[in-house]
Amino acid sequence: MITAERKPFDEILELVDGHKKILVAGCDTCVAICLTGGEKEAEILASELRMKAQADGREVEVEHTAAIRQCEWEYLDMIAAKVDEADVVLSMACGIGIQSMAEKFAPKLVVPAVNTNMLGMPQEHAVWLERCGACGECVIGETAGICPVVRCSKSLMNGPCGGSQDGKCEVTTPEKEDIDCAWHLIWERLKAQGREELMHKIRPPKDWSKSSSGGPRKMVKEEAKPV
Amino acid sequence: MADDFEPEIIVFACHYCAYAAADLAGSMRLQYPSTIRMIKLPCTGKLEVIHLLRALEAGADGVYAAGCLEGECHYLKGNLWARKRVEHVKRLLPEVGLEPERVEMYNMSSAQGPEFARVATEFTERIKALGPNPLRRHGVSPHAAAREAARDVALPDEAPAGAAAPAPAAEAPAQAPTEKGPAA
Repeated sequence: MITAERKPFDEILELVDGHKKILVAGCDTCVAICLTGGEKEAEILASELRMKAQADGREVEVEHTAAIRQCEWEYLDMIAAKVDEADVVLSMACGIGIQSMAEKFAPKLVVPAVNTNMLGMPQEHAVWLERCGACGECVIGETAGICPVVRCSKSLMNGPCGGSQDGKCEVTTPEKEDIDCAWHLIWERLKAQGREELMHKIRPPKDWSKSSSGGPRKMVKEEAKPV
Repeated sequence: MADDFEPEIIVFACHYCAYAAADLAGSMRLQYPSTIRMIKLPCTGKLEVIHLLRALEAGADGVYAAGCLEGECHYLKGNLWARKRVEHVKRLLPEVGLEPERVEMYNMSSAQGPEFARVATEFTERIKALGPNPLRRHGVSPHAAAREAARDVALPDEAPAGAAAPAPAAEAPAQAPTEKGPAA
């Protein structure tokens, strides 16, 4: 799923500074599942903003709402009335949802309350790991179902590199301790599958034009377009 | 700080321990401050971050959760979840201009009436030292706001023995039974 983290409170305050009517808009899909921007979190942020305003002696109205999915026009209609009343919308959706809101309700000011960070898999409750880079050309059929694009720190297509030690990546930061070497994992699983020969296959440089390097992407499914 | 400051403190109390401990404290004729207003939960694991925030936003001078002793939760880990949420709120409060000491998590068993009284006294003294919640507004009841915020999870207070049951709504086919059954 798409995961996001809430921005620091001070940054959120700056984004809504000077506005009198604030709508905190959650999204009840991906960001709700990753416990960052659903209706529950929107209500918490709204409460915090009201308390901060009152403590500072500012008169501010803060409401909260949530769309089932902020990234689809139809669901935005359901919160349009509340958006109309607000001076600024503080969206807690992923970057897609925030931009959908900004486009749908333009020129209404829509600002982000979260940082969208990855396409992640919940490894356990409240822990997510990056699993996909949406690179536009999936290679995991040859890499034992393990993505070297996001799980190898260098996105190597022909790994491992010399920094792989005892199955761990040389990249270590306080936030990213104990990163498994993706190519070590690939090797181990290829062995278990009896497909070791794939490790020796030389892969040419990846065509990054199919990723975000090629400009904004567009997908059209002609067979599904309305007639 | 005015010497006559009487804090209003919201207590989210677990049905299985702190609420019963309060009952015991009463039976034991123990003295504790009249500053606390209880909201009974089936387990402190039902306590959400927003419940604590709503109470403070409405002007409660302090809020604490009182759950079972660690390892003794009727639902195994509800009190541990509550502690995590209280600690999360402690991290949020300085950002909005409130002292983190205004929220706390306590643990006690149903047999610890004296502990219930001690906690109520200790927390009241702490809040008296901090002074009133700067968000307090005239005409707003923190207890009513906290109860409203927790309406989906709070249990009804037990009516004192012999108290009249609330009148049923005109269209209601029969009187809704209370937790202890209809008053005799």
